[in-house]
Amino acid sequence: MQFLRLVRLSGLLLLLFGGAFPGLIWAVAQLMPARAAGSPLTVGGRVVGFRYIGQKFSQARYFQGRPSAVDYNAAATGASNLSATSPVLLAQVKARLDTFLLQNPGVRAADVPIELLTASGSGLDPDLSPQGALVQVARVAQARRIPVAQLQDLVRQQTTGPWLGFVGPTHVNVLALNLALDQLAARR
Amino acid sequence: MLDILSEVLLFGLAAALALPVGRYLARVYGNEPTWLDPVLVPLERAFYRLAGLSPTAPMRWPRYVGALLGINAVWLLWALVVLLLQDHLPFGNPDHIPAMTPSQALHTAVSFLTSTNAQHYAGETGAAYFTQLVVFTFLQFVSAGTSLAAGLAVVRALGREDKTGNVGNFYQDLVRSCVRVLLPLCLVFSVLFVVGGVPMTWEGAAQHTTLEGAASTVARGPVAAMLAIKELGSNGGGFFGPNDAHPFENPTFFTFALHHLAVLLLPMAFIVMLGYYLRRPRFAALLFAVMTAGLLLLAAPAVWLEQRGTPALTALGLYPAAGGTQLEGKEVRFGVVPTASYAALNMAIPAGTIAGAQDSYVPLAQVPFMLLMQIDAFFGGVGTGFLNMFIYVVIAAFIASLMVGRSPELLGKKVEAPEMQAATLVAVAQPVVVLASAALAAWVWASTPQADTTLKWLGNPGAHGFSAMLYELISAASGNGSGFGSLGSNTTFWNLLPCLAMLSGRFVPLIGALLIAAGLLTKTAVPPSAGAIRLDSATFGVLLLVVIGILGALLFFPALTLGPLAEFFGGR
Repeated sequence: MQFLRLVRLSGLLLLLFGGAFPGLIWAVAQLMPARAAGSPLTVGGRVVGFRYIGQKFSQARYFQGRPSAVDYNAAATGASNLSATSPVLLAQVKARLDTFLLQNPGVRAADVPIELLTASGSGLDPDLSPQGALVQVARVAQARRIPVAQLQDLVRQQTTGPWLGFVGPTHVNVLALNLALDQLAARR
Repeated sequence: MLDILSEVLLFGLAAALALPVGRYLARVYGNEPTWLDPVLVPLERAFYRLAGLSPTAPMRWPRYVGALLGINAVWLLWALVVLLLQDHLPFGNPDHIPAMTPSQALHTAVSFLTSTNAQHYAGETGAAYFTQLVVFTFLQFVSAGTSLAAGLAVVRALGREDKTGNVGNFYQDLVRSCVRVLLPLCLVFSVLFVVGGVPMTWEGAAQHTTLEGAASTVARGPVAAMLAIKELGSNGGGFFGPNDAHPFENPTFFTFALHHLAVLLLPMAFIVMLGYYLRRPRFAALLFAVMTAGLLLLAAPAVWLEQRGTPALTALGLYPAAGGTQLEGKEVRFGVVPTASYAALNMAIPAGTIAGAQDSYVPLAQVPFMLLMQIDAFFGGVGTGFLNMFIYVVIAAFIASLMVGRSPELLGKKVEAPEMQAATLVAVAQPVVVLASAALAAWVWASTPQADTTLKWLGNPGAHGFSAMLYELISAASGNGSGFGSLGSNTTFWNLLPCLAMLSGRFVPLIGALLIAAGLLTKTAVPPSAGAIRLDSATFGVLLLVVIGILGALLFFPALTLGPLAEFFGGR
């Protein structure tokens, strides 16, 4: 008899917290439909990505994001889970540095920030530090035949943070930057 | 520098919020009116009426524990059934996610029941939307409610004298905690998370073509409903595998700040509540100070070590960044210092919602991380952090009394053999279970020929591999639930082994603390004698920290030398 009461109480709690509560949050979220759907970004009505989800860029004509342990697979995310002292990690970082210097002639190791050589925690990091974008400007400028100064301005326009002026890092959203870059190129 | 300042400000803001929330808690539990009563009191009453339970029936401690364990057993069964059958659901599974294997289902059910929330599945590939809500979100609410109820029962017993041994009514404590504390707070935080860009949709994963023309699938779901309780209830089970590192769980620094506040709020507010409830503000202030000091003493070196980075990466001479070179496994939008500070908070408070890969921290930072987890009382979980601290207080008060030559007492009540036996048992149980389990795992690994290719548990070799196993078990016992991603944890062995640590780590301190409090409850309070140790004095605060250091930390040093310390010295 007491057991049945426990089941009944559990059922009521389940209705409230497994049903009514998420339903209520969902209803409130519908007031902000774009955010509720994951903040998609569209070009000409077609979804090209999600604002906060990093996307893979490998062509010279786009700014490239960070390395990803899951190759930017947004359906199965993750980190490399390599130890900070792992020889595998060190070898990866060195290889990425070599590749980057090869793809960006004229850039020295002292210009390359660490985020371009390390995989993120989610594998979907959408951001770079301003330097991470600026160091790629020369390459993109050459591939797109756009003046370097104009691209540097573009990076500065797309730079956000710190939040409230002092909280958190300054960063550039790579997908937003590349969308702005496409628009800039289309206008020319 | 600014990074550290903003972390300190967030901590301060959480403490400031904890004052009114703690006052509210004290009013709710003290049967005083609050401004939310017109909505929430009828809801609470409806629960008792529909369930056919009397919320004021007195319970002695064995009945209280019996009711608690009984309803937990019901929840465990429910979770197991859904996890094993989620592929047969007619709805709520748009991405056709398969059922869990029996061992994984058991691990997951125990893990969410005990508020540990260790996840040997990745949310986006291993759990249907239906499961995320009716098992995970549901268990996160009711397990946090159970923690609050148990903590409250101990606090209540400390402030009273009752010869019949009535510690209160479990059902009232549970329903009240869930409906009048967790529900309103989670509503506020959930809405803020949606505003911050966390998705809340029933639609399945989105398909789209990237700018470079590749096909991409983006997993999403009803994420916002799970985030608030995952942090506020010290649970930690993320919707996605990378937890707070995933952009959909934590899109911006604004949501990151919300996560900070949510994880700190209730453990802090519980201590404030205790001060109001017991009318002992100085004792509450002392506990708060000791918890803050302990947290700082361990968190500061972890953050400093992480910012210093490893010699190998520093030697590359890259573009200098304020946070250093430790960005492997971390996100640019949070940075090294905030990610490391947040990790330290999540070790102290067993939500375990880390925003960076735990594997990739510098080896020495793992020492304070594991100690914070193991001690589990520098704020600690909602309700349970206080239970652990209470055990340390009993032991420290006993030692203090003996040092000044008085008979041991606590808040005016005599502490005698049964109480001390229970306290010692609780203090020793967790290290014994953790260290024995770790030893077993290490022995299995070491005695299996070619373990690298047959067992395949360890993604990193050597001492780091031992750290991964030790961490998994400390995390299980403390109800933290974070883990080294390199541990191949979804195997029968690793699904079964931590279950013992999770169950004992959850229920042994809970029952032990309640037993001690019930013992004190029936004793007559005597006025404090001259020369007795005052629990709200700075002297006692220092002694308490020392006792925690000896009990919580020194027991683990031999194991830590085999793991993180060996990796540090070996890696040079």
